[in-house]
Amino acid sequence: MTAQNSLRPRLLILCWLLLLTASLSGCTAFADRTAPQSTVFPLSDWGRSIQDLYSLVFLMSIPVFIGVEGFIVYAVVRFRRRASDELPNQVHGNTRLEVAWTVIPSIVLLIIAIPTISAIFYSDAPPASAQNVLKVTVIGHQWWWEFHYPDLGVSTANELHLPAGRTASFELKSADVIHSFWVPRMGGKVDVVPTRANHMWFTPDANAVGVYPGQCVEFCGIQHANMRLDLVVDTPSDFEAWTQRQKANAVQPTGGAEQQGAAAFMDATRGLCFSCHAIRGTEAKGTIGPDLTHVGSRRMIAAGILENTPANMQKWIQHSQDIKPGSKMGRPVGNGFQNLAVTDADAAAIAAYVFSLK
Amino acid sequence: MATIAAPAGQRSGLLARPIAPTGVWSWLTTVDHKRIGILYGTTAFVFLLIGGLEALLMRTQLAVPNGRLVGPEEFNSLFTMHGTTMIFLVVMPLSAAFFNYIVPLQIGARDVAFPRLNAFSYWVFLSGALLMHFSFIAQSVPNMGWFAYANLTEKTFSPTPAVDYWVVGLQVLGVGSLAAGFNFLVTILQLRAPGMSLMRMPLFTWTTFVTSILIVLAFPVITVALIELMFDRLFGTLFFNTSGLNGDPIVWQHLFWVFGHPEVYILILPAMGIVSEIIPVFSRKPLFGYPFMVYAVASIGFLSFTVWAHHMFTTGLGPIATAFFAASTMLIAVPTGIKIFNWASTLWGGSISLTTPMLCALGFVTMFTIGGITGVMHASPPVDTQHQDTYFVVAHFHYVLFGGSIFALFGGIYYWWPKITGRFLGESLGKLQFWLMFIGFNLTFGPMHFLGVDGMPRRIYTYPDGLGWNLWNIVATIGAYTIGVAIIVFITNVIRSMRNGEIAGADPWDGMTLEWTIPSPPPHYNFETIPTVHGRDPLWLQKHPQLDGHGPGGQAAPATAMQHAEQEGGHEHPHMPDPSYWPLFAALGLLVAGAGILMTASSTGYTMLVVTGVGLFILLVGIFGWSLEPVNG
Ligand code: HEM
Ligand SMILES: [Cu+2]
Ligand SMILES: [Cu+2]
Repeated sequence: MTAQNSLRPRLLILCWLLLLTASLSGCTAFADRTAPQSTVFPLSDWGRSIQDLYSLVFLMSIPVFIGVEGFIVYAVVRFRRRASDELPNQVHGNTRLEVAWTVIPSIVLLIIAIPTISAIFYSDAPPASAQNVLKVTVIGHQWWWEFHYPDLGVSTANELHLPAGRTASFELKSADVIHSFWVPRMGGKVDVVPTRANHMWFTPDANAVGVYPGQCVEFCGIQHANMRLDLVVDTPSDFEAWTQRQKANAVQPTGGAEQQGAAAFMDATRGLCFSCHAIRGTEAKGTIGPDLTHVGSRRMIAAGILENTPANMQKWIQHSQDIKPGSKMGRPVGNGFQNLAVTDADAAAIAAYVFSLK
Repeated sequence: MATIAAPAGQRSGLLARPIAPTGVWSWLTTVDHKRIGILYGTTAFVFLLIGGLEALLMRTQLAVPNGRLVGPEEFNSLFTMHGTTMIFLVVMPLSAAFFNYIVPLQIGARDVAFPRLNAFSYWVFLSGALLMHFSFIAQSVPNMGWFAYANLTEKTFSPTPAVDYWVVGLQVLGVGSLAAGFNFLVTILQLRAPGMSLMRMPLFTWTTFVTSILIVLAFPVITVALIELMFDRLFGTLFFNTSGLNGDPIVWQHLFWVFGHPEVYILILPAMGIVSEIIPVFSRKPLFGYPFMVYAVASIGFLSFTVWAHHMFTTGLGPIATAFFAASTMLIAVPTGIKIFNWASTLWGGSISLTTPMLCALGFVTMFTIGGITGVMHASPPVDTQHQDTYFVVAHFHYVLFGGSIFALFGGIYYWWPKITGRFLGESLGKLQFWLMFIGFNLTFGPMHFLGVDGMPRRIYTYPDGLGWNLWNIVATIGAYTIGVAIIVFITNVIRSMRNGEIAGADPWDGMTLEWTIPSPPPHYNFETIPTVHGRDPLWLQKHPQLDGHGPGGQAAPATAMQHAEQEGGHEHPHMPDPSYWPLFAALGLLVAGAGILMTASSTGYTMLVVTGVGLFILLVGIFGWSLEPVNG
């Protein structure tokens, strides 16, 4: 074998090693602090307990990774065949080594298992020290989220508000199929299962005021990808103000386009909206779609896919099946839905109306 | 079946046995394990291309935010069919191809225990695959994910027959797998050459054995679950239907994963076996710690039935069950680690030759290690609540299934191709393919770890801009196309080899096991005389008699490790069972029966169940004719 011939494989192996280390360092260096759904920059007690565990497992895996991969690459380089007829020493095994690499990994795993089990029990129920726990009921629907605050008498959809620094405890239910509720910056996900109520809790950090997106993470049908939500963490006083606004019934318009919109909203031939949506303080009591009593105050519409502007609202009213194909907003036909047949003028008026519901 | 009367001159049996050695009918009626192996391999490769195409479409859609190449319906069908295809129509049958072709050769047998059952397994497998793919023609492609979680699969939420295609196809595939599982269990227990004790079996035969046990124990569970789901959809029973009184969608998850976790070991154990054959040969050293490798395979097989709920950590199992399944999942990492350490130690002090099979085997060990490490990460349930159903898990299982199984299976193809065809696959094209695939694979699936950590869920057909996912998605798509190029290189290599590949002798790699003692390609009857085995790695001991009596498996033995046992007379070749029409005929019955259920699902009322009845009758006639068939035609 010429020198050149033996050099090339070595270079290839070097590339291989580089790739491996790149992928490893990638895990740490490339974790994106600005990613709104990052799982590794937690902003709650529960999230941190998960992250502490993950850091532990991650740290322990680095020597395993480098040890195993390094050993293999080194062995391949060092023991490359030199003579075509060489017969290496025929080693069959070594019982002591076998015992060692049974026992040592077991110990490593035990080191992971103990804090794991304590974290499992920690996450099971809010700590006794948590005061004034805020109860929230989450109901998953194909393909949007319903939120109730049973103690506050507030119901809303797709935009969840929580006060910073106060423990929130969730009861999770489904109206149809299995979904999974997840706001990554706050912690892990818990499935939303018909026939049973699941539970989770966390305390948003006192300084975590901001907006954190989340989404459904259990495949739940055609529009699973667009079943998003926003968690808005408010200061305690902002949360109080938000609660007061949400409790109030909708303020009905007394003139202008808004009033025409309200009429079209309630008209079976013009809008049809009332059959699926509720607006507290009006005759609209539908339950197929999100409660719209204060929809104008939300950041996003259609479960997080369109920014909430009058123009988008009108687009959504007329083209829901193009924007979110298969969604349950529209005129029922057969097994599915068609775009609502709303005239441009009506759609603009309805958009103005619902946008006014702050 | 009056039309198929026994021809004159036939003593018994409904049909004369076909005896043409070549032509289409010879393949349709073959009972030769080698030909059946080739059928499995070729079919699996076609499905690899289909499943790969589906993957490329998905990666193209996801290359940029708000992709609009396909709609949600199509995308959901793509990931469902991609997953189902890769698992049941690619990795399992590719493994089965090697079980079929190699195991009888490795244990010194002339065929499997039940050659006609073996043919039946293949035709049933093909029927299941076709039934599932009829959905493309019917334009009602399964779209609920490869684990088909209830209650989304109920008629209320999935009214079209899409789910039925998946249910019926998988049910039929399961029959084929079960038949094959029993066949290989009996083959390995009963047909080993004299002297080949269990602890002298090659590791690939061992992993085939344990895989067969897993198939036989795990598939009945999914069979039951599929029947329940089928009854829910067809007859309105309430097993998983939550609108009834007792239906519980979580029961489906338990049933599915009691099957599904052993299934992932069904996918990886054969690959581990292949790698355990390749590494020693290209290191010129026996496998390090053979008995521990065997114990590790056996304990992985056993433990694989105790960890299923780690797929359900977010379903609200309660802390006790969660803790139990976390512990059992971590436990399974111990035998997995033992295997990795023993492969690595086999390399140490060896004489390593980096041929294409060896590169693939090393690719397996290095990539599988990464998949194992991430597996331990989400074995911790709190951590898993952040990983579950994100691209992190997608990365994990591709590092074990692609980085693991697929690399090992390509290694197996390069390693045994000379045995099967008598010609080499080109080494330079092979190495090109390996490196393209290795780089493409890491480009595709490495970044998915980051996507998962950055909170990207799996199974979404589109994603908005601004979530920090854009970069890694485009990188992953570039990687996927690189893998596509690697596959084209492979096809080129195959064509070149078949046209004018370099002729390989009986023992092109300086092998250790019995398959290398016979000509390439092997004669119909494999072994002119059945060898007697005196130690582990019989051919190796024969080549290096001075080693005999040193290893733990090779007790003091005569100068040659192999002797010829039954000396059969002169030039007469051993007589092999003749081909048969019946396996194909019986399998056709299952195809028709399955089609009947699909027709029922696509219509109103139950009249189409008559077709199912006809199919089952064909199956019955098939089994009847089969059992009456004379041994030779
Ligand atoms: C050290 C060994 C392994 C451990 C500890 C492990 C652990 C896990 C865990 C905890 C999950 C669930 C993740 C989730 O859904 O949140 C998982 C998923 C998965 N694992 Fe592994 N695993 C190991 C090896 C393997 C092997 C050998 C295979 C197959 C060749 C495999 C294939 C899969 C697949 C296909 C899934 C995803 C199933 C799905 O959701 O579609 N794993 N693994
Ligand atoms: Cu979902
Ligand atoms: Cu599993």
